[in-house]
Amino acid sequence: MGVAVVPPRAGSASASPAAGAPAPAAGAPAAVEARNLSLVFDTDDGPVQALSHVDLTIRPGEFVSLIGPSGCGKTTLLRVIADLETATGGTLTVKGMSPRDARLRRSYGYVFQAPALYPWRSVARNVALPLEIMGVPRAERRRRVEAGLDLVNLAGFGNKFPWQLSGGMQQRASIARALSFDPDLLLMDEPFGALDEIVRDKLNDQLLRLWDRTGKTVVFVTHSIPEAVFLSTRIVVMSPRPGRVHDIVDCDFPRDRTLDIRETPEFLRVAHRVREGLRAGHAYVD
Amino acid sequence: MATRATPVVVVVLAVLAAWYVAAVAMNADLQRQAFDTAGTADAAWPDFVAGTWSQAHPRLPAPHQIAGEIGRSVFAVAPTSKRSLVYHAGITLEATALGFLLGGLFGFGLSLLVVHAPSLDRGLMPWIVASQTVPIVALAPMIVVILAQVSVTGLLPKAVIAAYLSFFPVAVGMAKGLRSSDPLHVDLMRTYSASRPQVLRLLRLPASLPFLFASLKVGVAASLVGTVVAEVTKSEDGGLGARLLAGSYYGQTVQIWAALLVAALCGAGLVGLVSGVERLVLGRFGGGR
Repeated sequence: MGVAVVPPRAGSASASPAAGAPAPAAGAPAAVEARNLSLVFDTDDGPVQALSHVDLTIRPGEFVSLIGPSGCGKTTLLRVIADLETATGGTLTVKGMSPRDARLRRSYGYVFQAPALYPWRSVARNVALPLEIMGVPRAERRRRVEAGLDLVNLAGFGNKFPWQLSGGMQQRASIARALSFDPDLLLMDEPFGALDEIVRDKLNDQLLRLWDRTGKTVVFVTHSIPEAVFLSTRIVVMSPRPGRVHDIVDCDFPRDRTLDIRETPEFLRVAHRVREGLRAGHAYVD
Repeated sequence: MATRATPVVVVVLAVLAAWYVAAVAMNADLQRQAFDTAGTADAAWPDFVAGTWSQAHPRLPAPHQIAGEIGRSVFAVAPTSKRSLVYHAGITLEATALGFLLGGLFGFGLSLLVVHAPSLDRGLMPWIVASQTVPIVALAPMIVVILAQVSVTGLLPKAVIAAYLSFFPVAVGMAKGLRSSDPLHVDLMRTYSASRPQVLRLLRLPASLPFLFASLKVGVAASLVGTVVAEVTKSEDGGLGARLLAGSYYGQTVQIWAALLVAALCGAGLVGLVSGVERLVLGRFGGGR
């Protein structure tokens, strides 16, 4: 991350910790708390159990990865947290609220698998989109967009249109967009899945710096074991049919870890446990 | 440039050549009669061919006859004269523009209703489709009579008929366009808990622009057709349709074809105008990809 610009805090009474000091305040509600969460989709071929009895607590400031093979419900779980799908059983709170209230209060930023930039808007206006919707005044909008583009190393690209940017740059713009209104919960659905290894490493490193500096809570869906181990404080291993939590692996590397830790025995040990968990869930990592 | 113009020129020349040949064939009977009457039945074939291309009331006028008629009725008479095609084209374009505006707005409004209320989609769509299966030639006189009953006369009845034809492509095209947004883009709006009007303004409308212009092009052409049909019904007001009707009363085929060609040129011009606006707008929305 080149320029150390921290996006301004929205004047919300959130319990998010100050930048670089991620210790959650005592008594703050969990960022995400799922109890016995289930989701059954009604399809033409009969009901499909997408999530089955998921229990998971994510504390403020954590970086939690959801890993598992296709069809294990990791994306579905993220979408339920975002209130893009509705659970059919169990309870779920997001920052102490129902998912719907949390969404209505714009409590999270969501980064999709694809950049999902609007092709008719310039990069800057794409980043400004949530601010426009939330009624942020024009001058403040411009300031935040500039800071956001700086944050993801896209300064100077604001006037370009999305198609003029590479895939990695587009995804960075979409991250700047998710951060522009400064949510303290970031939901990311395989954001780097479509990118090549080199770009992916670089963005992983940048994302980690960003998380370390801002103290945000990140829920990150991936199917890459090294990515999950490198980024996370905890890894939730999921298994398919029905989608459920198979194992939760602690990942106690320092917050300011670098890509070099991937060569350490400790890293390999954690990765091994994750791989064992995936294997025991009767599926291969795709 | 030369290579791009070549196919166009070739096609135009081929059409003209076919037209001249067809004119000889179509007018041969009349020409034979004329030569018989004049006692020159043994005329050489170049004279015969030249004769078929210069009759006063041919079945199919030759292109140069039509061009001559257009030239005379555009340049040789004052544009305010009732013999001027500029005068009549002006009347037609005025009703077309008003009809297109009414039809476009009505169609757009319908598309908004249909997209935002699924029950209206099921309830209205069959009627919208049915409205277009009624032949407009049959409907036009009734619309004129009915509107005259409520003392709506002059420009408006013609515009209403034009609107009747042009609202349909706009309604159907925009209903499709407003639903064409990428599901991911819609999800994104949901994560911001954007209101319906915001989703419409910031996502659905810009995403539907290509559909809008495609349907506006069809709509403006349909509007012109509607106006010409209305003018045949209401010929006392003038216009290209009235010109067509007068021509067919008096067997003035050259005049009919001249009015027809000017109507076609007007249509092409209107579609070109919409295309120009499209380029301008889409250029602003996406950097001219």
